[in-house]
Amino acid sequence: MCRLALKTSNEAFSPYGVFEAMEAMQEGYDGSGLGLIMRGLEFTDYSYNSNDPILSGIAHTEEALHRLNAFMQERGFELKYDHEFHVDLSHIEAKDRYKYLVRVYKRPRSWKGLSQEEVENEMMMTRLALRKDGEEHGGDLTSFAFWPDVIMIKEVGWPLEVGKALGLDEDRIKARVCMAQGRQNTNWGINLYACHPFFIQGIATMTNGENTAFIPIRDWLTGKGFPGYIGYQSDSEVFTHILHYVIKQLKLPLQAYKHVITPLKTEELERHPQGDFLLGLRNVCRRLIIDGPNAVMGTLPDETCLLVMDAKKLRPATIGGKPGTWAMASEMCGVDAMIPDRDKSLDFQPMRPHTVIVPPDRQEYKIWSQFDQFPLPQAA
Amino acid sequence: MVSIRSVPSTPSSLAANDFPWIIEHREDRCTLCGRCTAVCPVNAIKLSYMRQRMPKLVLNAAERKTSFRTFVGIRQKTDVSKRCVGCGLCAMVCPNQAIKPVPNPTRDRVRFQNTQHGEAWKRGGRRNEPGANLLDKILFTRISMLTDPALDAGRHEFFLNTLLGRVLSPEEYLKRKMNGDWIPPVREIFPFIIGSMSFGALSPNMWLGLLQGVAYLNEVHHMPVVMATGEGGCPPWVLKSKFLKYIILQIASGYFGWDEIIRAIPEMQCDPAAIEIKYGQGAKPGDGGLLMWYKVSKLIARLRGVPEGVDLPSPPVHQTLYSIEESVMKMIQSLSMAWDFRVPVYPKISGSNSAKAVLNNLVRNPYAAGLLIDGVDGGTGAAYNVSMDFMGHPIASNLRECYLDLCAQGKQNEIPLFAAGGVGKNGNVTQNGMALIMLGASGVHLGKYIMQAAAGCLGAEDHNRCNICNIGLCPKGITSQNPKIYRRLDPDKVAERVVDTFLAIRTEMKKIMAPLGRSQSLPIGMSDALGIADKAAAERLQIKYVC
Repeated sequence: MCRLALKTSNEAFSPYGVFEAMEAMQEGYDGSGLGLIMRGLEFTDYSYNSNDPILSGIAHTEEALHRLNAFMQERGFELKYDHEFHVDLSHIEAKDRYKYLVRVYKRPRSWKGLSQEEVENEMMMTRLALRKDGEEHGGDLTSFAFWPDVIMIKEVGWPLEVGKALGLDEDRIKARVCMAQGRQNTNWGINLYACHPFFIQGIATMTNGENTAFIPIRDWLTGKGFPGYIGYQSDSEVFTHILHYVIKQLKLPLQAYKHVITPLKTEELERHPQGDFLLGLRNVCRRLIIDGPNAVMGTLPDETCLLVMDAKKLRPATIGGKPGTWAMASEMCGVDAMIPDRDKSLDFQPMRPHTVIVPPDRQEYKIWSQFDQFPLPQAA
Repeated sequence: MVSIRSVPSTPSSLAANDFPWIIEHREDRCTLCGRCTAVCPVNAIKLSYMRQRMPKLVLNAAERKTSFRTFVGIRQKTDVSKRCVGCGLCAMVCPNQAIKPVPNPTRDRVRFQNTQHGEAWKRGGRRNEPGANLLDKILFTRISMLTDPALDAGRHEFFLNTLLGRVLSPEEYLKRKMNGDWIPPVREIFPFIIGSMSFGALSPNMWLGLLQGVAYLNEVHHMPVVMATGEGGCPPWVLKSKFLKYIILQIASGYFGWDEIIRAIPEMQCDPAAIEIKYGQGAKPGDGGLLMWYKVSKLIARLRGVPEGVDLPSPPVHQTLYSIEESVMKMIQSLSMAWDFRVPVYPKISGSNSAKAVLNNLVRNPYAAGLLIDGVDGGTGAAYNVSMDFMGHPIASNLRECYLDLCAQGKQNEIPLFAAGGVGKNGNVTQNGMALIMLGASGVHLGKYIMQAAAGCLGAEDHNRCNICNIGLCPKGITSQNPKIYRRLDPDKVAERVVDTFLAIRTEMKKIMAPLGRSQSLPIGMSDALGIADKAAAERLQIKYVC
């Protein structure tokens, strides 16, 4: 069972603290993968404009880096900032890490006049093209994210070691949202792309537990023909894509996610004020019903954070904190490590119907229940 | 000496040993009660007086005379038409275990003689292929042993139901919901369905028992089990009852019974579960229904609007229509319209190389509610033996192909596929059904298995046992229209067995799903859970080869 930690704060903070929280939950993962996503970024040596897309990834060879440079140049991206990690590979097993990429680009001129949706599509297609390029060259280039205000790091190893390997303990990068996952390798191979969190068009989620309904869900998402619905080195990647599908494609509110992945029972929907709509939604999204146990944590482009459970075996994932700073972790000790000085009476462990949402203002978290009225006036 | 000319030997003459089933009778145990001869459905045995010569072997010629002993015993008849069918009812009623049919270990000679009067051999049952079939060989190999341990099948809550009906894409659903447009009807049903067996093929007692059982499962156990009528309508009292919602009405090429159904529409208290349009069936692909004259009783004649005692062969296709594409489209639309678009309407076809083409037509038809594919092992009340044994396509690869085709189009949730044909043939009903579900079926139809499990049908593929459903002599009273025979079947007892059977299926479903870590939805298309020790089959079905 993997371990999850998420911290969100009005003040940017160092991701290393989140790694320390991962350390507190160490018995739950095996060092087969660590992922980190940061949002709301501040660099000590660069004044970042949060509209510029950032490429996160790894060039495993010099040749890959040259190809990357040529590729970006050809498409009209101008490199504005190249973050040089203070790398010390002695902390991790992998040796073929020529360069960890966190690069800020200026959008190409040709994107001017594109709608927001088109720009988002272009950014995703750029990431996918780089990924494909790497795969065609023996996996010498991995691209995790290409999005404004998002850094994504994935590595095989123990959290503190990975943090040290990349010099993250030096606090040269800070973020307002930081989400990390320590992976317990289940039945899928050790692969950098299999590390959580997963990312698509600004939406990122991470999960613990296994999703036994993975294959039918994957088959359905793949059949949608959306270019971003690929990968699936991990059974948890579908959680991200479902969230993307619900929000971006169906344009439903965030609360609908829970109704899609863990719909209410027929007899519960019969009593629900919008039971008719939700029953229909359950039918049409039937192939997206997950089979946990899982805790799913996610962040959205506006820095909203969320935490939901599967409906089956509840995990002890907890949210706690104080106005302005909140932490979620798959175990309470993770929350303790991230925000020790909090009022524990505000801690909450979501149950079957709940979606916990921390809005961008971070003043308080909201608990939304599936039994509540669905916030979609036209659907009612 | 007996003269050779008086020994009767015509081309069709057979000895008891030439028959597929040979009666073994032990005179030392027989109590001469006569039950076996009374119960034998085909009159294969007779109680007869026999004489045995008792020569006295003495040297003195004057004393050397022959005496005779007479005795009574059971003898097997040697007419082809009176051949023992191996049903074994004689053994069931014998108080002293003195009689039983045993299969002929050599090749019987009746198979060469059963074309008397130029009639090709007709029978009931299903394909005579004994032994494990492909479905029986599929294992569920993805056992949760790591992060997500197996679930507790006994205490955990499972969601086992499936959907019958056209499901929209999420995008289309939202669009229509906002605009207040028509949303196709969808039924939430139990994935094991009692498949279409007509009122006519089945005796009234059998039919009543099935319906009682289904109603009990729905109303007491809250298991939404549905049953399908075959061609031949539905008794009017059922049409006008609240039980109609548990019934899938079938319309087939003879349109038998549809006068009654259409006339009853204004008086219906509820809608039927669905309408099934039969284009073909697995037992006799390309052939219409066949109700032989023996079974066209007064009641059946009235329901079907035909004279008594005539053969009722349905045409192989829906004759009023021009091509199958058009007929599918028009019939689906007109039947949807008959119930004001509130009832799912789907076609049933025989397993076939062309199933994918039919499916693709349905994908483009917004009113089509699903597709039922009936594989080669499907059963029937009456068909030509050659159709049953050699016509048709096995269900597993046919279904899998169709499912993968839907996946490639992203439509696997929109048109539910149902599979039939030999599910539970060897008793592994839940395993067979769940294997098909994980290969991509939304549910399975059971016909013969239900007759075997709920009413004690004796038919089997081993040595073509019984399989005389066609001539109305069913020894159990399941497929007979003769009240003297079907009185043997107590509808209440059938209902009890229907309930027992489905409760057991439900338990076994959980016992399969729990170790796979599945409980929140029926594992349709969960092909990663399946394995088979047959490389070619694994490759064809795109599942794991295990050994």
